[in-house]
Amino acid sequence: MIQALVFYLLAAVTVVAAVMVITARNPVHSVLWLILAFVNSAGLFLVIGAEFLAMILMIVYVGAVAVLFLFVVMMLDVDFSSLRRGALANLPLGLLIGVVLAVELVVVASAWQAGRLAGPGAPARPTPRDLPNAEALGQVLYTDFVLAFQVAGLVLLVAMVGAIVLTHRERPGVRRQSAAAQTARSPAEAVVLARPTVGAGVDTDAGVR
Amino acid sequence: MIGVGHYLGLSAILLTLGVLGIAINRRNIIVILMSVELVLLAVNLNFVAFSVFLGDLMGQVFTMFVLTVAAAEAAIGLAILVVHFRNRGTIAVDDARQMRG
Repeated sequence: MIQALVFYLLAAVTVVAAVMVITARNPVHSVLWLILAFVNSAGLFLVIGAEFLAMILMIVYVGAVAVLFLFVVMMLDVDFSSLRRGALANLPLGLLIGVVLAVELVVVASAWQAGRLAGPGAPARPTPRDLPNAEALGQVLYTDFVLAFQVAGLVLLVAMVGAIVLTHRERPGVRRQSAAAQTARSPAEAVVLARPTVGAGVDTDAGVR
Repeated sequence: MIGVGHYLGLSAILLTLGVLGIAINRRNIIVILMSVELVLLAVNLNFVAFSVFLGDLMGQVFTMFVLTVAAAEAAIGLAILVVHFRNRGTIAVDDARQMRG
């Protein structure tokens, strides 16, 4: 009973937030509604017993992705009202696609209710009953899927390098410190010892460089 | 009682909303990227629901990889968006055809 109540509460807020994400006029509001949708989905994961993924969803999506969106939306000086123009023209097409997709999903769900094409196979990785969710997941992830785990890390590394390479900008006229040039200086080229006569001084060419 | 059907229904609604968002915000690529995130969230809900109700951990493992790829995709997508904005001064994507041959 309590589970059902919590599920319906979280699900309703998630759906409302998702609707607001795609209809909000201001993209900053869209990002904030997206954060609400993610937080509620993390709650849904918790209700169903996937605690580790709920925490990952909070950390990765709310902590990183949504903040990244927020940064980009706020830092780009975009005239968002001009982007809204013609949105209503796309509405019939969008509704058509959405209705077709929804009908297809209902058909698939009802077909699934009627019976599967093949019987349910044995679970590939049965959930251990006596372990907490995070521990069970770790025992699978770090043994059987260690290669996929490493590749996932590689994907993130490539994404990081790619994002930096894409957005990095060489500015002309910026004076940078060159450590190599500094340490490569030798006294022979940097210092001139002069012995000026009294009152003659040192001419600037040969003197201080 | 809450079963797998409830989660699948919610996931279907989220997926449809995400696709609808892509269609009706065709000019604004930021909202398109957010809609893609909604679609991926729906997929993750599906994976986790089946994983829990079938007693199979595979779904949750796969959800982790989907999360990884989604984060990478968001980072790269936003980087491309920033570069595009720097070059064109706008993020309207219905006239982005610089790469047309």
